[in-house]
Amino acid sequence: MAEQAVQTKPAIRVENLDLYYGEKQALYNVSMDVAENSVTALIGPSGCGKSTFLRTLNRMNDLIPGVRIEGNIELYGKNIYDRDIDVEMLRKEVGMVFQAPNPFPKSIYDNVAYGPRIHGITSKKKLDEIVEKSLRQAALWDEVKDRLKDRATGLSGGQQQRLCIARALAVEPEIVLMDEPTSALDPISTSKIEELVQELKEKYTIVIVTHNMQQAARVSDKTAFFLNGELIEYDDTNTLFSNPGNKKTEDYITGRFG
Amino acid sequence: MKTAGSVGMDRFRKQRTWRTTWEGIIPKLLLVCALVSVLTTLGIVFTLIVETARFFEEIPFVQFITGTEWTALFSGNQQKFGVLPLISGTLLVTAGAALVAIPLGLAAAIYLSEYAHDRVRRVLKPVLEILAGIPTVVYGFFAFTFVTPLLRGTFFPDMGPFNALSASIVVGIMIIPMIASLSEDAMSSVPRGIREAAYAMGSTRLEVALRVVVPAALSGIIASFVLGISRAIGETMIVTIAAGATPKLTFDPTDSIQTMTAYMVQAASGDISFGSTAYKSIYAVGMTLFVFTMIMNLLAQYISRRFKEEY
Ligand SMILES: Nc1ncnc2c1ncn2[C@@H]1O[C@H](COP(=O)(O)OP(=O)(O)O)[C@@H](O)[C@H]1O
Ligand SMILES: [Mg+2]
Repeated sequence: MAEQAVQTKPAIRVENLDLYYGEKQALYNVSMDVAENSVTALIGPSGCGKSTFLRTLNRMNDLIPGVRIEGNIELYGKNIYDRDIDVEMLRKEVGMVFQAPNPFPKSIYDNVAYGPRIHGITSKKKLDEIVEKSLRQAALWDEVKDRLKDRATGLSGGQQQRLCIARALAVEPEIVLMDEPTSALDPISTSKIEELVQELKEKYTIVIVTHNMQQAARVSDKTAFFLNGELIEYDDTNTLFSNPGNKKTEDYITGRFG
Repeated sequence: MKTAGSVGMDRFRKQRTWRTTWEGIIPKLLLVCALVSVLTTLGIVFTLIVETARFFEEIPFVQFITGTEWTALFSGNQQKFGVLPLISGTLLVTAGAALVAIPLGLAAAIYLSEYAHDRVRRVLKPVLEILAGIPTVVYGFFAFTFVTPLLRGTFFPDMGPFNALSASIVVGIMIIPMIASLSEDAMSSVPRGIREAAYAMGSTRLEVALRVVVPAALSGIIASFVLGISRAIGETMIVTIAAGATPKLTFDPTDSIQTMTAYMVQAASGDISFGSTAYKSIYAVGMTLFVFTMIMNLLAQYISRRFKEEY
């Protein structure tokens, strides 16, 4: 397993990443590689910098005034903080699903078609195809195929979140970032999304933040444990949970703090 | 038998003090204040209806509403009471104002809500609201002494000193702050998460504004347009000063015209005799105006209720 990881070129390579919100430092010297077509879980107590780290990968932090970054983040060998990076194109390649479902107040169809449309697809036939394909990938097609014109905001929370996943997939990203995608959902919707993450791994590289350690154990190949802005431990999920290398990791996963 | 406990409970017994008396009076006092404004409004509407009804005893309703000549202030048998020229004058100014104010107001709202930094917004928003408080007579003189000469000096050398064009431009300018401010309110109440989702898919700022935020805030934005238009319909000073006093059924903005409001000012400040048909015509025109603005306000309410977004 370790050897395999060396052979495949990483999809994401983070080196010595520091991040500051104004004066306040939120990430300290984080380095980690993420392999292609894998699921990586980010765990740690709340406020430890998981979301902040995740949002450096698609440069969503650019939208927050006063954020400063040092270090390197490469996707497929290209530094995404280089001057010649087109941030919109970067975000097309790195999709994101948020903590609370946030569908647009538009129809189900228009939600999924939004991304392809802004990236220049106008053909009705092509859009129909993308919408169906994305909704199937998000395991939502059968539930909504007869009411694509209905408002997305009328769906249940779990359906809305799967719609948001479909919407993210519709622009055909390489990497999908998920920030606690199930924390607002009931157990049944949660397990649906967990299954989905397993399936999506075939085609996408997934980084998922979760505060639920069982979830990390269930869905991920590798797990990264953050504490106070530092990456404490990063290892195969099985190893990290059964045989943590760091005392702090052990304390956290055994529930001694957090 | 009295115990220490029951003596203590006496403290909670009701007593008539100035505090409780005051508490009893206050709501009644407030009710009276509320009633005064309600009764005043009812009184106005009542007078309007009564005088309008008297007017229609002399001038048939159909003649009023379909007539194309308005010469109410002429003497004797030259008087004609066809309200269409006043309506067309009002609509001409209103349409021109809407053409100016809707695009500019919406653009200002988009800038404030989606582009401006916090610090800029915190300065500009109050400035807009101050602009909305400038007395309209100031705008009127601005139209007459600045905009009209400017237009005559450039694009419309043949235009007269009184014209619908400069009045509508300036009425438009006057309602920009209102539209911008109300639209901005609607746009900034669109949840952050929706914007983030759009950015995360690779939208540019303009795409987020035009394809996500504006559609999501559309009910509030359209309501702001309607309220702005309603203001334009009822605007009085600017049109009285700059648009002229010649009721004319025309859609040429360079013409001198007269609006319903401007007629009412002219008639009320001229020397018409109390109780004459011309006098009553002020009320009939006022009623017509009232119907117009009432419809607009109801429309605004309907739109913002009916199409309210649930996020
Ligand atoms: N926009 C922001 N401005 C300033 N500080 C922030 C901002 N967002 C997050 N932080 C701070 O950065 C730290 C990490 O937050 P976050 O990444 O949201 O943690 P997590 O997702 O692990 O709960 C916290 O201390 C938080 O207060
Ligand atoms: Mg978080």
